[in-house]
Amino acid sequence: MNPVLYLAQRGTAFVLAFAVTIHLITIIYAVRGGLTAGDILARTHGNRAFLAFYLTFVVAAAIHAPIGLRSVLREWLHWRGRSLDVILALFSVSLVILGVRAAFAVYGA
Amino acid sequence: MSVQEKSKNDTSPAPVLIVQVWRGDKDGAFQTFEVPARANQTVLDVVTEIQRTQDETLSYRFACRVGMCGSCAMVVNERPRWTCRTRVDELEGGPLKLEPLRNLPIVKDLTVDMEPFFNKWRDAHGYFEPGENPPADFAIVEPSSPERQAADEGIECINCGVCYSACDVVSWNEEYLGPAALNRAWTLVNDVRDCGQDARLTAVTGDAGCHSCHSHMSCTEFCPKHLSPTFSIAGLKRATSNKLWRRR
Repeated sequence: MNPVLYLAQRGTAFVLAFAVTIHLITIIYAVRGGLTAGDILARTHGNRAFLAFYLTFVVAAAIHAPIGLRSVLREWLHWRGRSLDVILALFSVSLVILGVRAAFAVYGA
Repeated sequence: MSVQEKSKNDTSPAPVLIVQVWRGDKDGAFQTFEVPARANQTVLDVVTEIQRTQDETLSYRFACRVGMCGSCAMVVNERPRWTCRTRVDELEGGPLKLEPLRNLPIVKDLTVDMEPFFNKWRDAHGYFEPGENPPADFAIVEPSSPERQAADEGIECINCGVCYSACDVVSWNEEYLGPAALNRAWTLVNDVRDCGQDARLTAVTGDAGCHSCHSHMSCTEFCPKHLSPTFSIAGLKRATSNKLWRRR
């Protein structure tokens, strides 16, 4: 791991610490409050703060997860070389695409 | 494993210590010995007694016997230690289990090849770089300066390899420089006279370098000198990150 990946992983961990906490509190509150899926979508629809929060969440996760996975694969499977970085870059892009798609689906755009 | 000195009138059988010793190379096996249990005997005393009285082919390494050279380090009851500074009666009961240091090639029995360990010191630029034109006069380094104090905290390493044997990351990634080499690099990063900092910070960066440390702190837990290579490695992470900003 080079310093750029190290700082990216630590920086996104800082963002995710807040984002995951807010995400968990929100879903627990929504479920315990008895809101239906329709009620939730009605609240998220057109909510730009919601969209901005989850886009930030998605980007942070898409940076953070592949860097951690890279260390795991290197250490546990002894996978080395360019193929590893290419696969993980594709994994990162996949997370962004899937995450952004989901955020916009709930935003209702 | 406390053993009292026998009195002259005591006719009971002498207490015996069961010792399992690793024999052979990496494909070897444990061999069991029995040695008289004595008061205040160290693990190194036990190994020496086996070698001198039962099996002279047993290979092990030692020099000073007083915790200064670091050459007698082994894995004792699953924990890396200096055998000369480990008294048998300090250990938990049961057979004594002796293995060579982990993460290094076994030469024979309890002796390992330290070459990879010292090669990593070199790879981490763990040597002083005076530069092309060293100053003619002595450098003045205040003992109270932050750099000197940071260097002091890691300078007492005697290269015993205990931290290297205890490090999980080395066991997963054999290229990883390891706690001792990185600790040494950190002491030199704090040496204001050194002129090789850029090359050193580059050397300790990358997949073999400081950023691969998981901060498990096994090195700090087991260091017989009570140093903290984990904090030295954290210092290198800061220094390499700062270098990244400075470059822009």
